[in-house]
Amino acid sequence: MSELTDLSLKEMQTGLREGQFSSRELVEAALERIAQLEPSLHTFLHVAEAALQHAKEADKRSTIDNGQQLSLAGIPVAVKDVLTVEGMPATAGSKILEGFMPPYTATAVKRLQEAGAIVIGKTNMDEFAMGSSTENSAYGVTYNPWDLSRVPGGSSGGSAAAVAARLVPAALGTDTGGSVRQPASFCGVTGLKPTYGRVSRYGLIAFGSSLDCVGVFGRTAEDVAVIFEIMAGHDPLDATSAEVEVIRPERSGAQSKDKGLHGLRIGVPQEYFIEGMQAEVQERTRAAIAQLEILGAEVHEISLPHTEYALPVYYILAPAEASANLARFDGVRYGPRVEADTLWDVFFKTRGEKFGAEVTRRIMLGTYALSAGYYDAYYGQAQKVRTLIKRDFETAFEKVDLIACPSAPTTAFKIGAHTGDPLAMYLEDVFTLPASLAGVPGISFPVGFDSTGLPIGMQLLASHFREDLLFRATHVYQQATDWHKQKPNM
Amino acid sequence: MSLSLQEVEHIAKLARLKLTDEQKARYREQLEAILDHVAKLQELDTQDVPPTASVAVGQMPLRVDESRPGLSTNALLENAPKQADGQFQIPPVFE
Repeated sequence: MSELTDLSLKEMQTGLREGQFSSRELVEAALERIAQLEPSLHTFLHVAEAALQHAKEADKRSTIDNGQQLSLAGIPVAVKDVLTVEGMPATAGSKILEGFMPPYTATAVKRLQEAGAIVIGKTNMDEFAMGSSTENSAYGVTYNPWDLSRVPGGSSGGSAAAVAARLVPAALGTDTGGSVRQPASFCGVTGLKPTYGRVSRYGLIAFGSSLDCVGVFGRTAEDVAVIFEIMAGHDPLDATSAEVEVIRPERSGAQSKDKGLHGLRIGVPQEYFIEGMQAEVQERTRAAIAQLEILGAEVHEISLPHTEYALPVYYILAPAEASANLARFDGVRYGPRVEADTLWDVFFKTRGEKFGAEVTRRIMLGTYALSAGYYDAYYGQAQKVRTLIKRDFETAFEKVDLIACPSAPTTAFKIGAHTGDPLAMYLEDVFTLPASLAGVPGISFPVGFDSTGLPIGMQLLASHFREDLLFRATHVYQQATDWHKQKPNM
Repeated sequence: MSLSLQEVEHIAKLARLKLTDEQKARYREQLEAILDHVAKLQELDTQDVPPTASVAVGQMPLRVDESRPGLSTNALLENAPKQADGQFQIPPVFE
């Protein structure tokens, strides 16, 4: 049955509809492949035993409904462990949430379930989504399917690796500063960070509330679009979720082939091609941009002058928001408690012992940036520079429809390469942070390989709520190339 | 950017984190390096620039102010490390 796991989400939809195979067969094949590869990959923190039962129910329903199927009926998906799913544990990769059973399901997941999707498990991640390698998970690193001595990227490394290794056709991730786009790039899959506010954050364990976005990984832009369009839209349970209509264009191969990318203006920001980045990443990105031009797009050089300030802005604002969000983990309401004689000591010991090093570091940094006497110099100044970064994008999108740039400065690095040097790890996010701060959507997709056979990803960014343009351009590119069809030898 | 050990201890206290001496020394060094990097923000003149707290401002709809059913007390207590009489249980705060 291993060939079933090779199918894309679209192919699974078609096969199920036409009765070529059942949901039970799909889920069985996925569970078998997970059982076979998990010992070498460690992509999951929890595999849902009930998935097979759900698949059988989906098969039964589809016989009754006779063709009137839900769009994702019977299709297995994986969910990053930072999103809650009722009936499954949610740890956010942290010991401080060990054993937590959430009493409700995240809206993004619920919408997929309502469309018929079967959640097959919860994927590994950097603790509280803080990291770029999945090495910060309290439950052990995830291994990159292309080279098991390397990281899958992060923080949504488990989801990216699960899609790359053909364990699932699609998986949810979250992106606060690049946590979908960077691992998508490292694992050779397609990953979307939607516009801030486009997908509900209800049920997403908060890290940086002004930045957190629920995103999705798939093998093609088409598959990612299918999941995105189901998740997107206003949710009364998240006050920051936008009441802006979701653009759901008709997509057909023929239509996009005819139109190509004619009329689409793509800007290439000079600030994203910097000294110190891997030369092959730069070459492949340039080559992909040239390909987009051949496919009909107009390419313009542009400038996003405040790009270099995104990293310092992010590493003030995200830790500041995190230090407030993570105050709720105190050993009283959920998760384990380190017992002590006084309540004060319960707080200190539980938090001191259960948070990992990176989370502790960011809580410290954020607390410092918000503390009396330093607030204006750090937090206040960072919020103002965020405005300048946002304006860079607004100005750029007056002239172009899309921005094309590398997703990460390098391909997947070795496990342990940045241990003990947090700043070196933060630099891995240098190309994904600006879009996060501006709240604009971005997609990363494979555009080639380096000399050691590791995938290289490129990002396209669009203005707020124009995910449809990201899908269109990536889809046309993927119709013309086969980088996204390459798979690791597992 | 230099941070004193006392400052590190003060931050840890504000954040309710019990740290070992070895952790304090390490975080002091790492936070100094990070703060050196973010000092770059001071280069920019932002006197006339308004702050951005959220990029969603202007698109946030208000909900109708009426009560809605929520999660049950029992469902919420189930995850508590200690509970008694339908409440979270903690060590005594007052003698």
